[in-house]
Amino acid sequence: MSKLIAKDKDIVVPGEQLAQGMEFVPGYGTYREGDNVRASLMGVLYVDNRALKIIPVSGKYMPKRDDVVIGQVIDIMMSGWRVEFDCAYSAMLNVRDASSDFIRKDADLREYFNIGDYIMTKITNVTSQKLVDITMKAPGLRRLSGGRIIKVNTNKVPRIIGKQGSMVSLVKDATGCRINVGQNGLVWISGDIEQEIIAMEAIKEIENNSHIPGLTDKIKAFLEKRTGKKIESKPKESVQNDN
Amino acid sequence: MTIKRPDKRKIDELRPIEAKAGVIKRADGSGWFKIGNTVAYAAVYGPKATHLRFLKSPDKGNLRCHYNMMPFSGAGDRVRPGGSRRSKEISKVMEDALSPVLNLDNFPNSIVEVYVELSQTDAGTRCAGICAASIALADAGIPMKDLVCAVAVGSIKGEVVIDLSKEEEDIGDAVDIPIAVIPSTGKITLLQMDGILKREDLKKALELGKAASSKIYEVQKKALKDKFKGGESK
Repeated sequence: MSKLIAKDKDIVVPGEQLAQGMEFVPGYGTYREGDNVRASLMGVLYVDNRALKIIPVSGKYMPKRDDVVIGQVIDIMMSGWRVEFDCAYSAMLNVRDASSDFIRKDADLREYFNIGDYIMTKITNVTSQKLVDITMKAPGLRRLSGGRIIKVNTNKVPRIIGKQGSMVSLVKDATGCRINVGQNGLVWISGDIEQEIIAMEAIKEIENNSHIPGLTDKIKAFLEKRTGKKIESKPKESVQNDN
Repeated sequence: MTIKRPDKRKIDELRPIEAKAGVIKRADGSGWFKIGNTVAYAAVYGPKATHLRFLKSPDKGNLRCHYNMMPFSGAGDRVRPGGSRRSKEISKVMEDALSPVLNLDNFPNSIVEVYVELSQTDAGTRCAGICAASIALADAGIPMKDLVCAVAVGSIKGEVVIDLSKEEEDIGDAVDIPIAVIPSTGKITLLQMDGILKREDLKKALELGKAASSKIYEVQKKALKDKFKGGESK
């Protein structure tokens, strides 16, 4: 007789018994041990019929194909740049993928991206040994000049962006800052200095309260208090996302 | 016959245990474990890149532990700061005690570093260190089969007891056996012995240790879950 031991939406820790019996199927973050299904990650348990999976609440970013991330150029090689993005693995940006312009063979690559520059980039390929290829050839990808970079928990990025970018748009509209959120948990904010700080605090607030229901209203109240301006709720269609 | 322990504990009674997760803000994961007067902090960094060739494996990530006793942590003499033969050995056995539960197959060529600092010591430091480290590793979101629970068992005056304090450890014929257990399977990942013990007493001591590991596991589990009650500390 199969039986679920933990409940849906529970916070579980490694080794915790989630279910008993062969009817349950272990998914991401869980494993089978004899008759039991146990957790192998700390996170929130999701039960979908017989499938069990865990959405982690912590952990470093793992490169994934098609993710848009923010990285920093750390070295210039023979035919490209090495880019780091707060993760165990760095990525290679080939000259071929760096610009839509033609880059001559003897060009000084520093003129395109210099060491220390932050870039918004997209992962094109990840191998089994975690060698990462990135590209700049997609809409919205560019060098990030000015502004500031802050670091947030990569697992909280979906909450920061919100449904169709609703949460980040809220912060953008209230502060007038330009904000880009990378899947790796780096966030670029650029605007008026005081507004930048408000945006930064708002993002930290989202990160710290990501598990609380009614987060949008809470953040709206926070922004209204900090900026001293009333935020009108916008119709759903006008909410746009450039992330 | 039951002997009188200096702090009037029963032979199978642990010292009071407290634990917390997420105590070090800048670390990727951290844990705090207190058993009696022994206090251990653990901080986890990584998985991260390494340039040390001998630490890299192309098929999986590696674990590296650093054990350190702070200079004025003990009841006795000042500990000389920096590494020693003893701290190096303990770092090694801690790695071996924690590695069996970790699954670092998805992190080739990377390392996970665990720093364990003992701010207050009263025997059982490596066990407290392992308990704190497994909280920290879980907090860092590293895939692991289970937490690891460690406790010292042993004997004083021929009687098998659990969780020796420094006072008890210093008794002439005391035997100290630090063990680490994977609670879900009951498998032992650390077993050391300092002193001489009868075969049947060793078996008895291990049974005591295994029984206590479930109590420690509950404390560790609560510490991790408490982090999410009433807002996160990080």
